[in-house]
Amino acid sequence: MSQHPSAVAIETAGLVKTFGDTRAVDGVDLAVPAGTVYGLLGPNGAGKTTTVRMLATLLRPDGGQAHVFGHDVVREADEVRGRVSLTGQYASVDEDLTGTENLVLLGRLLGHDKRAARERSGQLLDAFGLTEAAGKQVKHYSGGMRRRIDIAASILNTPELLFLDEPTTGLDPRSRNQVWDIVRAVVAQGTTVLLTTQYLDEADQLASRIAVIDHGRVIAEGTKGELKASVGAGSVHLRLRDAQQRPEAAEVLRRTLDVQVQLEPDPVALTARVGGGAANGQGAAEQAARALAELARGGVVVDNFSLGQPSLDEVFLALTGHDTHEPKDEVAA
Amino acid sequence: MSTATTTETQDLAPVSAESLAALLVAGERPPRPSALSASLTFGWRAILKIKHVPEQLFDVTAFPIMMVLMYTYLFGGALAGSPKEYIQFLLPGIMVMSVVMITMYTGVSVNTDIEKGVFDRFRTLPIWRPSVMVGYLLGDALRYTIASVVMLTVGVILGYRPDGGFGGVVAGIALLIVFSFAFSWIWTMFGLLLRTEKSVMGVSMMVMFPLTFLSNIFVDPTTMPGWLQAFVNNSPITHLSSAVRELMAGAWPTDEIAWSLGWAGLFIAIFGPVTMRLYNRK
Repeated sequence: MSQHPSAVAIETAGLVKTFGDTRAVDGVDLAVPAGTVYGLLGPNGAGKTTTVRMLATLLRPDGGQAHVFGHDVVREADEVRGRVSLTGQYASVDEDLTGTENLVLLGRLLGHDKRAARERSGQLLDAFGLTEAAGKQVKHYSGGMRRRIDIAASILNTPELLFLDEPTTGLDPRSRNQVWDIVRAVVAQGTTVLLTTQYLDEADQLASRIAVIDHGRVIAEGTKGELKASVGAGSVHLRLRDAQQRPEAAEVLRRTLDVQVQLEPDPVALTARVGGGAANGQGAAEQAARALAELARGGVVVDNFSLGQPSLDEVFLALTGHDTHEPKDEVAA
Repeated sequence: MSTATTTETQDLAPVSAESLAALLVAGERPPRPSALSASLTFGWRAILKIKHVPEQLFDVTAFPIMMVLMYTYLFGGALAGSPKEYIQFLLPGIMVMSVVMITMYTGVSVNTDIEKGVFDRFRTLPIWRPSVMVGYLLGDALRYTIASVVMLTVGVILGYRPDGGFGGVVAGIALLIVFSFAFSWIWTMFGLLLRTEKSVMGVSMMVMFPLTFLSNIFVDPTTMPGWLQAFVNNSPITHLSSAVRELMAGAWPTDEIAWSLGWAGLFIAIFGPVTMRLYNRK
């Protein structure tokens, strides 16, 4: 399974897909290194799933090119299909069949004889803790179990590239952590994973490189560190005693740090990114200290202060100018 | 649903990282399955579905029984003097009618199935593309066989005696199933073409009613007006029911068999590629 470390799993250039008047994917360029988890991050409707469907040979691109391990997804679709597995946004297994039947069915379709298909299914069900549910129809499975059987189906033949389209959407935190563990185990064995997600912490947890997608375009790409650095080295979070003083505090921060200040939904809270381009050679902590001193001089009472790495939410906000359409209280810094 | 989800998840055994790792490494890549093997595997899927939802056999058991009883006693006295006389003529035809009518459920099941996530997986497999559709039709061929046997049994109970004996009956049913398999490609096409299950049913009815009634299934076409005879005598259903009727009566109607198989070949040649084109674009 070992791939050359510099090998490229996915390469796209100007990939376009239109549905009627909508350009769902509008010129996407990607270069996904083999053997890593690559995150496609974006809100609902950003074009993540459409991109994955083109790469998985399910949709024909309307423009541009895409290669998976050097094979064109249109002209050499069969070569691509032999190397990839897809775990779609909705369970990609047959809900009317049992866990075992699903895996044996797919095992047979992948070319295993009956005995080998049965054996491999049994081992996978066992490894995924589904032995007890093996004889039950998948429609009676819980969300977490569905995800497991779905991923198990995807690794019946260890794929070179695994597409995981929003693998944890709708799962409770515990099941989500379990899915993350599975993804880590799969990558550890050399499989490349293309993960789409609208959860920023998920990309943060799993992906080594991330492309941020919005309105069918890649608006930022890089390692997690690069993305965060492009927005600023850190964020200062302030909670004031008096909401009345917030405009004044924002003004002080803007003046001293020369950065954008974000007013939080909480009327006493505000956030400023520090350590960006206009840092005058100062570190984030020094800048924060300077800002605090200015606030104190201006008579603004600060109850609570913290300096942290920018979250990917902040990255997204800075890049797109709008938030990720998530409820604010989930956007924990 | 959500409460059940949480409790079940908590009971779920943890994923074993070591055995998972071992499985991933051990993964051996077998050669791709042949077109036949993939089609048979999809046929097996269709049979598993019947096993899990046996109610869907209703349309190949109760419906055909109803058809035989209804038309035998409705028309028997008027058309042939008695139901017992009429069934000698009617049974092969009503078998053709019922089985050909049942083929339209193929379209409905393709239509409801195709939107499911599992099709994304099937279409990312490196297999012979039509095998999914062929699998459906193989499963349906089993349903057609059940329907035929059920009707034959009811017919025999009502007094039908096939002069062709066992061989003639088997030959007749085999021809009917081959034709129905080919004819079903029309419905796989509509199943993929139309958006809802209801519209598939609607279109199917529009095609099936005239096609099956305007034939020689119930009556001899010589009593019909000339323009209708022109249609009826050239209808594939007429050729098929004549062929099945004569085979079961112990004759070997070469022309009618050739016509039936010719139509079957035509259906596959036209609707097979159209179906696959739609399937690839879906």
